[in-house]
Amino acid sequence: MQPSTLSILLRFLGSMNLAITLLVAIAVAAVIGTVVQQNQPYPDYVLKFGPFWFEVFKGLDLFNVYSSSWFLCILGFLVLSTSVCVYRNLPGILRDVNDYREHSQRNALLRLPHHHDFESNLDQQHILTMIAAILKNHGYRFRQKADQNGVLFAAKKGNGSRLGYIFSHVAIIVICIGGLMDGNLPLKIGEMRGNIAVETRRIPASDIPAISTLSTDNASFRANIDIAEGSAADLAFIDYKDGYLLQKLPFTIQVNDFRIEHYPSGQPKSFESDLTILDAELPQPVQHTISVNHPLTYKGYTIYQNSFGDGGSKLALKVWPLSGSHTPAALQATVKQFTQIGDQQLEISDFRPFNVNPDPSGAKQFVNLGPSFQYKLRRPEGTANEYLTYMQPILQEGRWFYLSGMRSKVSEPFIYWFMPADQEKRLDRFMALYQTLLNPQALAAIAQQTADSSDSGRQSQPKDREAVAQFMLKLANQFVTGGYDAITAGIEQTVAADKHQEAGQVYVAVLQRLLKNVYLQVLQDEGIDLNQPLAEFDSQFMLDAIAAINLAHVYDAVVFLEMQSFQHIEATGLQITRSPGKWLVFPGCLLLVLGVFCMFYLPQRRLWLLLESRETGTSILLAGSAQRNRYDFDKEFALIKQQLTQHSTSA
Amino acid sequence: MDNSLQSNYQQPSYFESRSAYDWVWALLVISGAGYVFANYHVLMDAYEIGILAISAPLLIWLGWRWATLQFFSLSVAALSILAISSYGGDLSRGESAFLLKYLFASQSAIMWMSALYVMATATYFGLLFSGREFVGKVASSLTWCATAMGVIGLMVRWRESYLMGADIGHIPVSNLYEVFILFSIITALLYLHYEQHYKTRSLGAFVLLVISAAIGFLLWYTFDRHADGIQPLVPALNSYWMKIHVPANFVGYGSFSLAAMIGLVYVLKSSFQTVRPQGLLQSRLPDLALLDDLMYKAIALGFAFFTLATILGALWAAEAWGGYWSWDPKETWALIVWLNYAAWLHMRLTKGCSGKPMAWWAIVGFFVTLFAFLGVNMFLSGLHSYGEL
Repeated sequence: MQPSTLSILLRFLGSMNLAITLLVAIAVAAVIGTVVQQNQPYPDYVLKFGPFWFEVFKGLDLFNVYSSSWFLCILGFLVLSTSVCVYRNLPGILRDVNDYREHSQRNALLRLPHHHDFESNLDQQHILTMIAAILKNHGYRFRQKADQNGVLFAAKKGNGSRLGYIFSHVAIIVICIGGLMDGNLPLKIGEMRGNIAVETRRIPASDIPAISTLSTDNASFRANIDIAEGSAADLAFIDYKDGYLLQKLPFTIQVNDFRIEHYPSGQPKSFESDLTILDAELPQPVQHTISVNHPLTYKGYTIYQNSFGDGGSKLALKVWPLSGSHTPAALQATVKQFTQIGDQQLEISDFRPFNVNPDPSGAKQFVNLGPSFQYKLRRPEGTANEYLTYMQPILQEGRWFYLSGMRSKVSEPFIYWFMPADQEKRLDRFMALYQTLLNPQALAAIAQQTADSSDSGRQSQPKDREAVAQFMLKLANQFVTGGYDAITAGIEQTVAADKHQEAGQVYVAVLQRLLKNVYLQVLQDEGIDLNQPLAEFDSQFMLDAIAAINLAHVYDAVVFLEMQSFQHIEATGLQITRSPGKWLVFPGCLLLVLGVFCMFYLPQRRLWLLLESRETGTSILLAGSAQRNRYDFDKEFALIKQQLTQHSTSA
Repeated sequence: MDNSLQSNYQQPSYFESRSAYDWVWALLVISGAGYVFANYHVLMDAYEIGILAISAPLLIWLGWRWATLQFFSLSVAALSILAISSYGGDLSRGESAFLLKYLFASQSAIMWMSALYVMATATYFGLLFSGREFVGKVASSLTWCATAMGVIGLMVRWRESYLMGADIGHIPVSNLYEVFILFSIITALLYLHYEQHYKTRSLGAFVLLVISAAIGFLLWYTFDRHADGIQPLVPALNSYWMKIHVPANFVGYGSFSLAAMIGLVYVLKSSFQTVRPQGLLQSRLPDLALLDDLMYKAIALGFAFFTLATILGALWAAEAWGGYWSWDPKETWALIVWLNYAAWLHMRLTKGCSGKPMAWWAIVGFFVTLFAFLGVNMFLSGLHSYGEL
C-alpha cells in the first residue's frame, strides 16, 4: 500500500532529524543575534559594517533577528514539528502507560538482558503472596495472569518518564505560542498592510500622526516613557525598527516623586517612584510606590522602574563673559530647554545633583564631586561645543579649583579647565583678574603704571615708557588669546633664531611683571592691604591663575556658566508592558520543569515473574527491562533477585 | 494466614527504614531552620520564608539519600557558627582573632579551599599513577576538606556582609568571585556523590582539573583584580530570586563540566583501547559503559537544573526587566546551551546514540557552557552586567 502524502509529511515533520536540525538552527540564529548587537540605531550599523553590508544585513533582518520573519518561521516549524511528534507518540504512550505486557512469553523473557531462573519448594500460594509483597515493596504495580502454563506476574513502575515526555513537549508548544502572542507580530502585520508607520522624527507627542499611534486595544507591547516629578502621562513609546510608535494607555500615570537611595559608600541602593494611577473607572486614584524588582500591575498593564533622568531642573546661573568686557549677569535656565545668551543658544542636556566617583587615590572609596551640569552652546551658524561644569570647586593638590570640561565633538573626551578658587572658595577673584586682562582701558592704565614704575622706566623718556606699555599690552593680549604658545610663536616670527631663548625669557619676565600688577590691582580692589607682604595663599593663587589663563584659549567659549543654585526636578523612566502570553508561558514553564524531572528521574522499569509447576517444585523466571539508568536497575534487580531466592527456600 | 505471610516479606517503609542518625539529622535541620526563622523572619519577605521552608526538607532528604552529606553539613555548620560567633558583632576581628585571620574569615577560608583543591588534584593524579587505595582516600578527604572550607567561606562571607552594614548584607552569590567559589563547591559535591555511589575515584584527577582551573581564575581575580571584596548589591540584584536562580544555574554548570570531563576520560580511554590495551588508562579508569552512563546522568541532572534555572531567571526578568524574555545576550546564550543539551539528550534517548561522538559532544558542550558563563560577560554587553571581567 502506498503511504499517503499526508502520512509522509507527518513522518517528516515528526522526525527526530528535523527536530534536531531545528534546535541547531535556532541556536545558530541566536548566536548571530548576540554577535550582531540588536536594535541599535541604523546609523551605528552603517558606521560599523559600511553601507554595502548594512544593506545586506538589513535585508536579512540581522539587526532584529528575534523578530525577523525567518526566525519566527523556524520557531513555527519547531512548534509544528513538536506538535506532530506529540500527536504521533501520544497514543502509543497512553497505551504503554496502561500496558503491563502480561502476554509475554517465556522465550521473549529469556532474551532480556536481566533474567534469572530458579526453583522454589514452597507451596504456590505462599510464593504468590511473597512475590506480591516484594514487588509492592519496590514500588511496582502488577497484573497477575494464570493459565494452563502457570502464573505470570507483569509488573512495572515509573510511568512518570512517559508522561514526562508528554509534559515537556506540550510545554514547549505552549511556551512558544505564549511567546508568539507577546511578540511584535501584530505590529509587523499592521505595518505590512499599511495601517502602521514607524515615526522617526523627534517631535512632541501631540504632533505624532495617527498612523504611528497605537490604541489601547493593542494587547501586547513593551513601551517606555520618562515622566518628570509632578507630571503625568497617558502614553508611552514603543521602540520599533529605526524609530518608535506611540502607545496610548487607558489610564494616566502621575509621578509624585522619584528617589534614589544610596549606600554609605555612595553606590545606588534603590530607585523608587511614587505613582498615582488616575482612571475614570476608579472611585479614587491608586497610590503606589514602585522600585526595581517591585513593579505595579494595573488592569493587566505592568509598570516598571526602568531608568531615570532629569525632568527639567531649574538652574540659577551666573554668566561670566570670557571675551570682550561685559559685566557678569544672572540667568535662569531649565534643563532640556533652550535659552539664548547673546547670539548663542544654551542647550542644557543634563544635570546631576551629585557625582560619586571612585577615589583617584586608588583606595576603594568614593568621593562626591558635587552637582554638575552638561550643556552645549550653539553658535548662530549651528555648530556647538559641549561643556561639563561642576558647581563646587574640587580639591587638587591641596587647593580648590573650579572645573569645567569642553569638547567640540561628542566622540571626544572632555578637556578640563582648572580655575583657582579664592579664599572664600569663590570664582570672583579669578574672574576679576581675567576680566581686567580683557578690559583694554583698565589694562592700558596698569601697563603704563608698570612701565613707569620699573627701574629702567624711571630713567627713560615718556615716549619709550609708552612703547614699553604698548609692548606689554601686546604681550598680554597674545597671552590671553593664545597662552605662552602664542608669545613663543610671536617671537619666532619677529626675532632672529639665535635670540629666541633670550627673547623668550625677557618677554616672559615683562609679561609676569604686568600680570603681577594686574593681580595686585585686583587684590587692592578686594581691599587687601598691599603694604603687607603677600600671604602664601595669595602668591600661590597667582601662579594657579596664570596657569589657568595660559590654557584659557583651549577652553573655547564666549562665556563661563557658573551654577549658583538649583532646583532639582527628576524624571523617572518607566517601562509599561502588557504581555497576555505570560499566562501561557508561566504554566508552560511549570509543565516543562515537571516534565523534565519526571522524564529523567522516574524511569520506566518492568519486571516479569513466570511461575511454572515442575515435579521438584515451582520454577520461577524473573526477568526485567529498564529504559535507562541501567546501572541503578542492575542494583535493584540484583536486590530483588536476592530477596526472592532467599525467601523461596523453606527453612 | 495471608496477612502473617505478607508481614514476613513486609519491608519497612521509607520512613521506617530511617536510622536514628537520620532522625537526629532531620531534627537538627528543622531546629536550625526554626532558629533562622525565629531570629531573622523580620528581615525576610514571604518568598524568602518560602525558600527557607522548602530548603529544610530538601536538605533533610539529601542527607537521607547521601549519609556523608549529613556529617559534612553538620561539620560545616558547626565551624561556620564557631567562626561567626568569634566575629561577635565586629568585622575588624577578622584581622585580629587568630581563628578568623588564619582559618575562617571568608577570604582565608577561600584561600584554604583553593590550596586544598589544588592538593587534591595532585593527589588524584598520584592515585591514577600509583593505583594505591590509600592515596585515593587521601585525595577524597582533601576534596571534602576543600569543599568544607569553601562552604564555610561562603557562610562566613554572608555574615561578614551583614557586619559591613545591615543594608549591605546579602547572600554571597552576587558577583563573579562568589559564583566561582559556588561553582567549585557544587562541582566537587556532585563529583563526590558519583565517586561514592559508583566507586570511581580514578575520575577525580580529571574532574578536579576543572575545579583547579576555576581556582586559578579565582586567584587571578583576587590578586590581579582585587575583586574579592564584598560590594553592596545593585538594585536590580536585590531580590529573593537571586537566592534560587544562581544556585540552580550552578548545579547546571557544575554538572555540565562534570559531564565534559567524564567525556574527556571516555575519549582518552576509548582512543587508547586498541593502541595500549594494557595501559594505565585501561586498567585504572572505570569501564566505558559506566562512563557513558555517568555522562548521561550528569547531563540529565545539569539539563534539569539548567531548565529550572533559566525558567527562574525568566520569572525574575518578568519582575525586574519588564518581560520574561528580552533576548539579552546572557539569556540567549542560556537558550543556546539549553538547545545544545536538548539536542544531545534527544540523540541519546531517542536515537540511542552513545560512545565517542556523544563524549566529544559533551566536551564541546562544555565550551558552549563556558562561553555562556564567562564569554558573554567578556565579549558581549547586556543586562546581565554583574560579573564583569
